[in-house]
Amino acid sequence: MTGHLVQGAYLVAAVLFVLSLAGLSRHETARRGNTLGVTGMALALAATVWLAAERAARPGLTLVLIGLAMAAGAAVGLWRARVVQMTGMPQLVATLHSFVGVAAVLIGYNAYLAPPPAGSGAETATHLVEVFLGVLIGAVTFSGSVVAALKLSARISANPLVLPRRHLLNLLALVASALLLGWFLGTHGVLPLLLMTAVALGLGWHLVASIGGGDMPIVVSMLNSYSGWAAAAAGFLLGNDLLIITGALVGSSGAILSYLMCRGMNRSFLSVIAGGFGSEGVLPEASDVAGEHRQSSPAEVADLLRTARSVVVVPGYGMAVARAQHAVAELTARLRATGTQVRFGIHPVAGRLPGHMNVLLAEARVAYDIVLDLDEANAVLPDADVVLVVGANDTVNPAAVEEPGSPIAGMPVLEVWRAREVVVLKRSMASGYAGVANPLFVRANTRMLFGDAREALAAVTQALGPATDEQQARPGLTR
Amino acid sequence: MLIGIPKESAPGETRVAATPRTVGRLLALGHDVVVQAGAGERANFPDELYAGAGASVEPGTAAWRADLVVRVLPPDTEEVALLRPGAVLAAQLSPAHRPQLLESLAEQGVTALALDAVPRISRAQSLDVLSSMTNIGGYRAVVEAAYEYGSVFTGQVTAAGTVPPARVFVIGAGVAGLAAVGTAVSLGAVVRAFDVRPEVEEQVRSLGAEFVAVPLGDRTAGADGYARELDADLQARVLQVYARECVEADIVITTALVPGRPAPRLVSAETVARMRPGSVVVDMAARNGGNCELTQPGRVVTTHNGVRVVGYTDLPARLPTQASQLYGTNVANLVALLTPGQDGRLVLDLDDEVQRALTVTHQGRVTWPPPPVRVSAGTPAAPASTPDDAAAPTAGQAPPPAGPAAARSAPRRTAVATGLAVVLLGLLAGVSPPELVAHLTVFVLAVIVGFYVIRSVTSALHTPLLAETNAISGIILVGALLQVGSEDLLVRTLALAATVVASINVVGGFAVTGRMLRMFTRQDAA
Repeated sequence: MTGHLVQGAYLVAAVLFVLSLAGLSRHETARRGNTLGVTGMALALAATVWLAAERAARPGLTLVLIGLAMAAGAAVGLWRARVVQMTGMPQLVATLHSFVGVAAVLIGYNAYLAPPPAGSGAETATHLVEVFLGVLIGAVTFSGSVVAALKLSARISANPLVLPRRHLLNLLALVASALLLGWFLGTHGVLPLLLMTAVALGLGWHLVASIGGGDMPIVVSMLNSYSGWAAAAAGFLLGNDLLIITGALVGSSGAILSYLMCRGMNRSFLSVIAGGFGSEGVLPEASDVAGEHRQSSPAEVADLLRTARSVVVVPGYGMAVARAQHAVAELTARLRATGTQVRFGIHPVAGRLPGHMNVLLAEARVAYDIVLDLDEANAVLPDADVVLVVGANDTVNPAAVEEPGSPIAGMPVLEVWRAREVVVLKRSMASGYAGVANPLFVRANTRMLFGDAREALAAVTQALGPATDEQQARPGLTR
Repeated sequence: MLIGIPKESAPGETRVAATPRTVGRLLALGHDVVVQAGAGERANFPDELYAGAGASVEPGTAAWRADLVVRVLPPDTEEVALLRPGAVLAAQLSPAHRPQLLESLAEQGVTALALDAVPRISRAQSLDVLSSMTNIGGYRAVVEAAYEYGSVFTGQVTAAGTVPPARVFVIGAGVAGLAAVGTAVSLGAVVRAFDVRPEVEEQVRSLGAEFVAVPLGDRTAGADGYARELDADLQARVLQVYARECVEADIVITTALVPGRPAPRLVSAETVARMRPGSVVVDMAARNGGNCELTQPGRVVTTHNGVRVVGYTDLPARLPTQASQLYGTNVANLVALLTPGQDGRLVLDLDDEVQRALTVTHQGRVTWPPPPVRVSAGTPAAPASTPDDAAAPTAGQAPPPAGPAAARSAPRRTAVATGLAVVLLGLLAGVSPPELVAHLTVFVLAVIVGFYVIRSVTSALHTPLLAETNAISGIILVGALLQVGSEDLLVRTLALAATVVASINVVGGFAVTGRMLRMFTRQDAA
């Protein structure tokens, strides 16, 4: 009876998860999607706790232990979610992925250690293979996510690690795992399992370490997919359909998301997975980028903006670093108060997480309907009077379009140089994450405004002076 | 390696494949350059300038013996014999029209790069000599028209009377057409342009010209099954528009070319007969038979009613200095692409689709035509490559079939992969215990649902979606919970640890998603 009820709850939960993901694909339904996801999760967990208590030899103790463990986890989770800065979101997501990886590894070991279900030889073999795969995927997810989180929080260098014959190394790790699987099936011993875990941890570490910072959004999304596959593997292991369904949902949606992003960057999916970009290809000739850049001042930029009718703001990772989103929003509000049309152009891989810029701008309460995606922005850029590039570099690099030898050649970029005037806010003339020089900075219609983006933008807003009283009286920053 | 710049041997050819400026770029890439004496003379680049830029200037055939020989026009039979086996030749080879030339180059053991076979993708734009040359040609077409035309272009009100502006009609708004439109507008003419691709309307307008709309009526709507019939009908309507516009215009510039086929006939003798005396037709497609019925390639024909039909085939060569500079820059960009190490070593990477498309003979074999280039999604149907000196590839007729082969091969590969996966899955299910089969079924179906659910997500919501799926993948908590009840102390401890971390993931993930979503506001809600 209980079994049936629990299966029913699982079915409802699985449906709720599907609806939740579907809801999250549009702004209008996104919040409802989250609620559905929470409901599904609560339902599934309640059913599982009941089932666990019923199956256990000592239900009371089991319930108490579960209660304590979940309460501890929930407290930590809520605390992190509350205090995280929106700019720190990528690290948080990567860290959370690593938890799924750890859990998958632990569950795999448990399933191995617990008395194996009695069954035919084929069933035992299947069980062992499932243990093995579960631990493998979990370990790769874990170490990969840890490296990604470290890279994103700048605790280790974001540059791609280039070991000699790195593809061969990855292949060797897989071959070694396959051999260990054979050993494991033959002896049923724990040693090959432990060895494989070490190999898999190394593989996950190396896979992500060899990917450059520019591809991080794809990596995070890929790890998301891995964490799903890890859950699905655990589902096979435990014979639990809910885990399989949910894991497969997350796994495939993460995979397709990564694929869409790769296509957006004109990169091959495989080459991003197997090793970084920015680490290969040639740098453009120095002469192509040689030239004088024009330095500007907040007052000059304010003058430009005062006469502009259409302004496009192109934010990049620099905006996140300088936490300049509020300064951007304030300037936007000031410009809109006097009738200037302000829009935002967001490159799909701006920032270190897919949709990173959108989240930051939303935090600063910039309305999402003036935030344009790549194609929409490129359509309006030629008519823009002024483009403000706030801490973006590679995503606005004309070399991607104009220099076939460039490492970022072929990557779709925001064609800001087509606007009448371009103002680039930047800390220095250093190159971006991809390590490619940017000829935009020396174009005739480009001015550079050096310094901290937040301070620079505040200075520009100040130089613009207040709008008239009547206009200021209007509430809300986004009007 | 040594790059040779021989003189052009064709009689009317004034251009040269490298200028002193581009020689500098070639040297910077680590190459040596030898220029045949007098090569740049007709383009106003005397030998001293080349020598000053660092090239060695040699009389005779030394340039032909270089490792990489670059020309504007293809070599003749004697010149092919001068090439070293193993050398590389880059020129506009028109590979579709000169099979014998390709054969002889292959026999000679020469690797030939056809600069006019650059695929039209944005990455290859800086190598595309067709674009740079037709751009120049479009400008020159207007200049030729102005020369033949008996009046001024700009409308003026003067003391000596009012001068009406010239009316210019440009057929085809490709590279050449747009260049002609821009030039004519800047001379002060009233310009109208037409192209069968409605999406170029914006480009035409942006240059200050008017776009001639074809009255398609509302018959295009829902005409899926009638595409063919409509084509014929559309064709007739388009020709009518041409006739009407030509008769009203003082100057007609036609730029319609369909790759690999004779130029479409757009302006009939009858239409020309109805044009005003003194009008001018410049036919930029003259080399391929012409868009105008009266065109004679290479000549200016005056009709009995006083209309001049200009059929020059060498428009870019009539601006030799600029054309050479652009051509030379295209060449330098190509050499930069082929010298990835900037160390003077030429590396031909046939896995690169651009380099593959250019390479028409290699290692003794003719490698033309190349496999179709993948046109990136979202690009309006563009011809995969234009193996001729194309101006506007699509003006005359309904858009040419855009690489049907390209469209066909990708789905086939997908179909094969899907088939393989299905067979493998079937085999796996066949040898597995029944319980596993049930799980596999669920798994596969869930994967497919995942793909479809996520496909249409707005990119702005990627981060919340990621956090949400991350929270959901915390469902692995279910597995951990089921193991907590175990009597084995080690198992229980591990399961508890897994419960804690998975709970962090679930709660943290949902909370952070909720927090982000609360921040997304609409403009009118704010």
